[in-house]
Amino acid sequence: MQARLSVIALSVAAVFALSACGPKEEPKPVAAAPDAKPEVVVKLGHVAPMTGPQAHLGKDNENGAVLAIEELNAKGMEIGGAKVKFELINEDDGADPKQGAIVAQKLVDAKVNGVIGHLNSGTTIPASKLYFDAGIPQVSGSATNPKYTQQGFKTAFRVMANDIQQGLALGEFAAKQGVKTVAIVDDRTAYGQGLADEFKKAAEAAGIKVVATEYTTDKATDFKAILTKIKSTKAELIFFGGMDAQGGPLAKQAKQLGVKALFLGGDGVCTPEFMKLGGEAAEGNYCSLPGSPLEKLANGPAFKEKFNKRFNAEIQLYAPYVYDAVWVVADAMKRADSVDPAKYLAELGKTKYDGVTAQIAFDEFGDLKGGAISMYKYTDGKLEYVETLGGGAVATAGSEVKEAVAEVKDAAKAVAGAATAVGKDAVSDVKDAAKAVAEAGKDAVKAGAEAVKNAADATKAAVDKK
Amino acid sequence: MDIFLQQIVNGLVQGSIYALVALGYTMVYGIMGLINFAHGEVVMIGTLVTITVAGTLIKAGMPVAVAGLAGMMAAVLVCMALGWALERVAYRPLRNAPRLTPLITAIGMSIVLQNLAMMVWGRNYLTFPSFLPNMDFELAGAHFTAIQVIIVLVSAATMGALLLLVYRTKLGMAMRATAQNPAVASLMGVNINRVIAAAFVIGSALGAVAGVMVGAYYEIAHYQMGFMLGLKAFTAAVLGGIGNLAGAMLGGILLGIIEALGAGYIGDLTGGFLGSHYQDIFAFVVLIVVLMFKPSGLFGEKSGDRA
Repeated sequence: MQARLSVIALSVAAVFALSACGPKEEPKPVAAAPDAKPEVVVKLGHVAPMTGPQAHLGKDNENGAVLAIEELNAKGMEIGGAKVKFELINEDDGADPKQGAIVAQKLVDAKVNGVIGHLNSGTTIPASKLYFDAGIPQVSGSATNPKYTQQGFKTAFRVMANDIQQGLALGEFAAKQGVKTVAIVDDRTAYGQGLADEFKKAAEAAGIKVVATEYTTDKATDFKAILTKIKSTKAELIFFGGMDAQGGPLAKQAKQLGVKALFLGGDGVCTPEFMKLGGEAAEGNYCSLPGSPLEKLANGPAFKEKFNKRFNAEIQLYAPYVYDAVWVVADAMKRADSVDPAKYLAELGKTKYDGVTAQIAFDEFGDLKGGAISMYKYTDGKLEYVETLGGGAVATAGSEVKEAVAEVKDAAKAVAGAATAVGKDAVSDVKDAAKAVAEAGKDAVKAGAEAVKNAADATKAAVDKK
Repeated sequence: MDIFLQQIVNGLVQGSIYALVALGYTMVYGIMGLINFAHGEVVMIGTLVTITVAGTLIKAGMPVAVAGLAGMMAAVLVCMALGWALERVAYRPLRNAPRLTPLITAIGMSIVLQNLAMMVWGRNYLTFPSFLPNMDFELAGAHFTAIQVIIVLVSAATMGALLLLVYRTKLGMAMRATAQNPAVASLMGVNINRVIAAAFVIGSALGAVAGVMVGAYYEIAHYQMGFMLGLKAFTAAVLGGIGNLAGAMLGGILLGIIEALGAGYIGDLTGGFLGSHYQDIFAFVVLIVVLMFKPSGLFGEKSGDRA
């Protein structure tokens, strides 16, 4: 970064020198702009565990943020007539909710213009309250627990599909594999527990029987005791809600114990690290990641190349999402023409950004609109892309529910309009029905899209009849 | 029933590792009344050194078993040197300081070693090379692998060798004498500095062996793996009566079995109120109960023959 900055400084100096010699020569606009305008430093906080069992993922996130910041500074953005220099303030929360709140307060005190992170849902949720109170926009690239955006905080955003969407996709996928019984293990973090709960709902809805529910922690290394219990239930599938540092050894120990079940997990285990730790035991099993595979996205392969070149490391997991999160914030500042959190926050909600991981736009809760979920199979030590459950009924359930609700509301209005002629009773009936349906729709964000869809159809049919 | 047996096997293997690590704590405590909290980190460094050495040798085309043994030897040597250096740098200058001072130094050393390991080996998880083919056995419904058998055997052999050393050699006699009364022992011609250094070196060697076992068992390693393991082993040492060698061994094995049974049955026992992630609570409750009725641990004596 230093080197790049000095290159810019040099070129600025060079242009100066040139313009001094020949006053008629037009200086390049990009290089010449800074000398006339003041420079504004935009402080972006970034939080992830840099120590502890998830330190490798934290470093990956930081790399994603660093890459984005370097590019932003090299590009030389102008906001509100001033040249903007982005500065990243890295904090370590150790994946611990308590420490997460402490470093969040630290960032609030440092008056950062925005926050990227945190990595874990468990740290993001308590921290989001502090950022909300201080009016600081927060964009997480990896906190997938639904609660994060359901607290009514206008400052909370995420650029990744949430666990309701992911749990549904995983449940559907498990059913498709012909599995009849499942044992669920989670690590009791907000992420692991949330994902496992959503998976359980979806799996049960798809007719799969949950034969065992076991728990571990996000620091455990020995899973033989719970696996022994699971073995006795003869479950056909083990679902794990948690991260790779536990998931890998869990899969391996299951194999050592002679457990024959398939293994399925969410984004936390969809990493190269999982395969390294699980070894042979990982082979032939499945995991899911929000979004589509990088190779299939327009900007994906280029990002991967840039990343590998800059850090001499492979992408672990969330780096591309964090990279997008930084750009989304910068983009909102640009559109608002202000780095003031109070001013660019409104623009952040209206984001339409063509990112590395997705076309990023937020719904009214700050969730990613229409997040797709992709399934992967561990094959020969690599993640082999299986399918994307996006656009279909399952992956876009969240947005579909909302659409359905809107449809229902429109339909209800139409019916109400038409029904005035028919009679007052009919009107109130239809209104009640519509209200119930709308409420059901809200609940169904949790319970699943099916009910609302049916309700919507029913209402539509009712409208048609009238 | 076969679940019960399987949990006992799981616990026995885990417990053997705890026992080996617990010996390192108990030896140092027995001789100088110091809790060496950096011991868990010594174990961690043992694992990481084995990975580096064995990994390099395997890449150079050496047979896996030979490379594994060479890695283990290297780990033992490095950890012995580390144990000696720890004592020399961190504890000897504080020999006559108040008891709290070396305890805080120990915690400090633990953090220093963790961060050093992070700088050398990085933040990522490392995989331990598999030394053994994945052989499984079934016995009376319990399922176990070759590595589990080896862990129990190696632990037993190492502990036996240690007992021989302490009770049948001159160095052992010097150790027991120092444990009883350092001042009198030195008057009788025992070189206290050498004996204490020896306790650290031997304890660290045991730690290195334990480190290799942990690595070979779980096949993963991380710069922070020593912390929790050290804490559990320390608990085992206290459970058995800190300062007492046999106590550390039995305490370790007991703790392993309690944990396995706890994780296996706590959910059923409490009607699902407490899940299997409460296994640590189970172990600590047992510890508290033991300490309530026998404050010096299961085998601890109030004073005297401690080493």
